[in-house]
Amino acid sequence: MSSLVKSPARAVLIAVFFALLAGFPQLDQEFYTELVTRVMILSMFAISLDLLVGYTGLISFGHAAWFGMGGYVFALLGSKYQITDSLWLTLSAAMLVTAAAAFIVGLFVLRTRGMFFIMVTLAFAQIFYFFFHDVKALGGSSDGMNLRGKPSTALGGWVPFELTDTNTMYYFVLVLMAVLLLFMALLLRSPLGRALQGIRENEHRMEAIGFPVFRYKLAAFTIAGGLAGLAGYLFAVLNSAVNPEMLSWHQSADVLLMLILGGMGQLWGGLVGAFTFVLLQELLSSFTKLWHLWLGIAIVLIVLFLPGGMISLAERMKTLWPRRHG
Amino acid sequence: MDLALILIQTLNAVQYGLLLFLVASGLTLIFGVMGVINLAHGSFYMMGAYLAFTLASLTGNLFVTIVVGTVLSVVLGALLEWALFSHLYQRNHLQQVLLTYGLILIFEELRSVLVGNEVHSVQVPAWLDFSVPLGSVMTYPAYRLFMSVVCLVVALGLYLLIQRTKVGARIRAGASNRGMVQVLGIDIDWLFRLVFSLGVALAAFAGMINAPASAVSPGMGMQVLIVSFVVVIVGGIGSVRGALLASLLIAFADTFGKVFVPDYAGIAIYVVMAGILLWRPEGLFKS
Repeated sequence: MSSLVKSPARAVLIAVFFALLAGFPQLDQEFYTELVTRVMILSMFAISLDLLVGYTGLISFGHAAWFGMGGYVFALLGSKYQITDSLWLTLSAAMLVTAAAAFIVGLFVLRTRGMFFIMVTLAFAQIFYFFFHDVKALGGSSDGMNLRGKPSTALGGWVPFELTDTNTMYYFVLVLMAVLLLFMALLLRSPLGRALQGIRENEHRMEAIGFPVFRYKLAAFTIAGGLAGLAGYLFAVLNSAVNPEMLSWHQSADVLLMLILGGMGQLWGGLVGAFTFVLLQELLSSFTKLWHLWLGIAIVLIVLFLPGGMISLAERMKTLWPRRHG
Repeated sequence: MDLALILIQTLNAVQYGLLLFLVASGLTLIFGVMGVINLAHGSFYMMGAYLAFTLASLTGNLFVTIVVGTVLSVVLGALLEWALFSHLYQRNHLQQVLLTYGLILIFEELRSVLVGNEVHSVQVPAWLDFSVPLGSVMTYPAYRLFMSVVCLVVALGLYLLIQRTKVGARIRAGASNRGMVQVLGIDIDWLFRLVFSLGVALAAFAGMINAPASAVSPGMGMQVLIVSFVVVIVGGIGSVRGALLASLLIAFADTFGKVFVPDYAGIAIYVVMAGILLWRPEGLFKS
């Protein structure tokens, strides 16, 4: 798992981090437990985008479409049409639907490159935004929908756990996030993952060698979409509500921000970025009503002076400390 | 279908299309010549409108307002280019997207602080405040016809500038091959500053001239930005000709979409965009 753990120091850091995460709910701070759950879900969202941006070099400005769609699948199945509220069915449905939608959109947008791709993904996300904003049958309302409740984990007669409990929800998300990280690590080591990174480095060369580049990009786009749908599903479950703003381009911009804050193409970048972003938001908004202004300034400064994100900050600081030997 | 109604909607579409062209041409030029994507472009449109509102309440004269406003926009554009955008030319697309997104946040919040978030209206100048009769029953606001004419004149001016002047030749050369232009001894910094200021001024001018026709509202920058992106996608990045054709196409799609399928009017322009992309993934005209 070399992408997960780059050195013994890193391994310790990761272990400590997860220990902290695991122990956190025991502090019985329900508000903060829910906040950290939200951050973990956003981390999963950011990591799914990193597959596209950091590892394949595809800058999608419409990733929020899959995030929102995942949430709306749960809303439509569980609340609006009341077909089922089983966790197992609705979660799978959310991932399948978003992956399928990403596949179809990918067929269109992956024919474009560079700046075009950025704009076209934005435009397609807008289509979905309008669907969930305007079309009544899809829950269309600018206020979104409140959901009937948490999904049921019942399998036959047995109920393994209840997601209505804040701590249980927290641990459920924590486990899913860990599974996602493992999945990503394995994916990136796999032939598919290597090919994607090759495409990021030099697409033309990959084509010249004979890789079906379009198919690989489509695969990445589809997987990333499905994973974002998972995050969106969890987000909806956590908030017991969905809102068309989940698909807005502000949301797409936010998740891109998380990546540049945390560092792209680094497996932990999404996680670091999400934590940093939410921290920044909470801090700024507690100080001033004008926190958008300060966020904007922070973004401008970070792009100008720290484009590698917080993870690169660690690298830079290493160079400041002279290593003493012997 | 009432013929007069179709005529009115056609006039609306043409007016909207020409307005869009002013905004989109700036966007596509900035990208074509400097290779920079500027998400804050919609904010310049919004700033123009709010500037028109502020100056109009001070001077009471729309003409003076627009002249002063345009000059201010050019200065603002030059300053922004010098301070921020000149650093973006070497950066990758993601950084450009994020930095200009940060600018949107800053501009929106500054506007909030300086002018507030209310919706305003700007008075149509008295000499244009009448309606032109169309047929026996319908009329059309004269100001909107005036707007279309002005936008057409500006569009023509832009065309002449780009196609028929030395500066225009340098702009086109810069869009084709930046490095070669530098090697030939042309001051590329000055050229870039000019193009950027021109783009900003066009967007702000569009906002100013449109202010008396529709409300000056906080969300107008974002709205026009996304539509401008669609125009640039359809028209082709860097192509002013493409921007003109695409602006009209998108304007017609949007206007008549609202007439024929009001429930789905929001996605009409994206359907057109998707269609064009299937046929030509690089837009109508490649630069």
